[in-house]
Amino acid sequence: MFAGAPQYLVSGLTQGAAYGLIGLGFTMIFNTTGIINFAQGEFVMLGGMLSVCLLGVGLPLPLAIVLACLATAAIGGLMERLAIRPIAGAPAINAVIITIGVSILLRGGAMLAFGKDTHALPAFSGTAPILALGAAIQPQSLWVLAVTLALLAALKLFFTATIQGKAMLACSCQKKAASLVGISVARMALLSFAISGLIGATAGAILAPITMTAYDVGMMLGLKGFAACILGGLGNPFGAAAGGLVLGVLESFGAGYIASGYKDAFAFVVLLLLLFVRPSGLFGKAGVERV
Amino acid sequence: MRVKAILTALCALCAATCAFAAEPVRLGAVLSVTGPASFLGEPEKNTILMEVDKINAAGGVLGRPVEVVILDDETDVNKAVLAVDRLIKKENVAAILGPTTSGNSLAVMGKAAAAKIPLISCSAAEKITKPVSPYIFKVAPSDRLAVARILTHAKAKGYKKLAILTVSDGFGQAGREVLKELVPAEGFELVADEVFGPKDTDMTAQLTKIQGASPDAVICWGTNPGPAVVAKNRVQLGIKTPLYMSHGVASKKFIELAGEAAEGLLLPAGKITAADKLPDTDKEKALLVGYAKAYDERFKAPVSTFGGHGYDSLHLAVKAIANAGSDKPEAIRDALEKIQNFPGIGGIFSFTPEDHAGLGPDAFIMLGIDKGDWVIVGQ
Repeated sequence: MFAGAPQYLVSGLTQGAAYGLIGLGFTMIFNTTGIINFAQGEFVMLGGMLSVCLLGVGLPLPLAIVLACLATAAIGGLMERLAIRPIAGAPAINAVIITIGVSILLRGGAMLAFGKDTHALPAFSGTAPILALGAAIQPQSLWVLAVTLALLAALKLFFTATIQGKAMLACSCQKKAASLVGISVARMALLSFAISGLIGATAGAILAPITMTAYDVGMMLGLKGFAACILGGLGNPFGAAAGGLVLGVLESFGAGYIASGYKDAFAFVVLLLLLFVRPSGLFGKAGVERV
Repeated sequence: MRVKAILTALCALCAATCAFAAEPVRLGAVLSVTGPASFLGEPEKNTILMEVDKINAAGGVLGRPVEVVILDDETDVNKAVLAVDRLIKKENVAAILGPTTSGNSLAVMGKAAAAKIPLISCSAAEKITKPVSPYIFKVAPSDRLAVARILTHAKAKGYKKLAILTVSDGFGQAGREVLKELVPAEGFELVADEVFGPKDTDMTAQLTKIQGASPDAVICWGTNPGPAVVAKNRVQLGIKTPLYMSHGVASKKFIELAGEAAEGLLLPAGKITAADKLPDTDKEKALLVGYAKAYDERFKAPVSTFGGHGYDSLHLAVKAIANAGSDKPEAIRDALEKIQNFPGIGGIFSFTPEDHAGLGPDAFIMLGIDKGDWVIVGQ
């Protein structure tokens, strides 16, 4: 009955870590601007595709990935400047629709620039599996988990120990008050889009060796990441990461024990069920203001 | 994007056209040049353009130039139907090449048959030519032939228990049907039947389940990128069970995606996939190598089986026109049905009134993957 369970757990955690990172990106932007950024999945795609592209022109892998992530961060910043800021003051729903437009634009641009083929990125440290506890673990899975943890730790530090991070938190708590004490809300919005781009692209780059990447992978990954942050409770970055892990593991076990054809459905069914019971998500506080 | 008519711009080759004073022979093509099936439709279009130029440079057919009106259906059923309508009613074509995908072919067959215009589909579904409709032919080999090729190989190896892992799209579902029918019929035991989604990025769950059933070999049926993930997960799980892939991944792209994980996998493929590896005694080798070289020179892209479907549909139509001595649709249909031993890219075509698919089991060879390249393991 439980044959394969360790394997499902490892696969699920790896996928889940990626979903969590993507969910984190959603949360960052939501906290500072109140917008759900549906181009988040495209940031993930860009991270993978730009890495493949830069590797193709002869850069070493680490440099290619770093550059790809920075470029995506710049694209995130540009998106905020060119598409979101001009409609500041309009209802949030307008901005959300604009993010959908940006995602279509990025997807189309990627198709024209990189072609329609699927590409694989080489694994960072070989593909010889590590056998442990009845599961075969890809070295790349460990990379995914390690990078996710490192990013979470860095963000924790950023929010608690840097003035920029604290300013961002202040923005997410109370925009007006933040601007009254001299925090530039506009700059924080720009920063949140850039960091979001960076996190999304990192997820895309570390995931590409395992899942491969193409111009159109953003849509599904974006949806899963969105589901992760809703599951964790919208607005809680660490809840998003945890929600991602829960989602990934559920998917993997559902595919293994129930029916692999419905893999994508499990995540969303569970999400719906949870929202009926706890509309604020697993770790969200129902309607309580953070102080 | 609007459906664009890409008239074969022979005007650019004015010198060639001026040589013909005669009225051109008009053919139509409906191909999925864009959209999800563009990896099939694009090489088909390229090949048809290239071959039309070649045919016209050699004097055309019946002393007249050949002109092909190519319409893009964007891998969309409705657009395919509209395109066929237009070819029949406005462009007055003598025969139709394509559509690219099985779904689109099935959707437009009725129209061509009703208008009595011969249609040579570039897709593989058996339903296109079974039961036989007088005006409908196809050039892509049926999945049945590819499955039979795998099972012949498995039988020779002495395997008894097989597991299947198929993708949940049209290609995979059709393959799954044939596999579930032929595996038991050929005397094997089907011990596991798993499915994965076209966009899935992790198949360890399915493979773990399959391993639990301890099969002698696994058959995976899908098109890129899923099967490459399956290959990678198999290595990751340390599975040593032989793995057969389908002809849906018979291109270098698959080897590139799966990397080292592709080593030792087996798959049925058209001869064009490994044309340069064929023995010199192979009757088709010169034709295949010539086509591959010309395609590579003109389009700077590696040749694929799919482009071959474009080649076969065009050349069969032209051959039928030459044999019939006329470009009347009915005469073309009659001549098509009589074509015997025609060397195409996909194999040797022999049509009969009962068989409008024209290919036999020799359309597929068995390939293995060794050090990132093809090796022929069974003719």
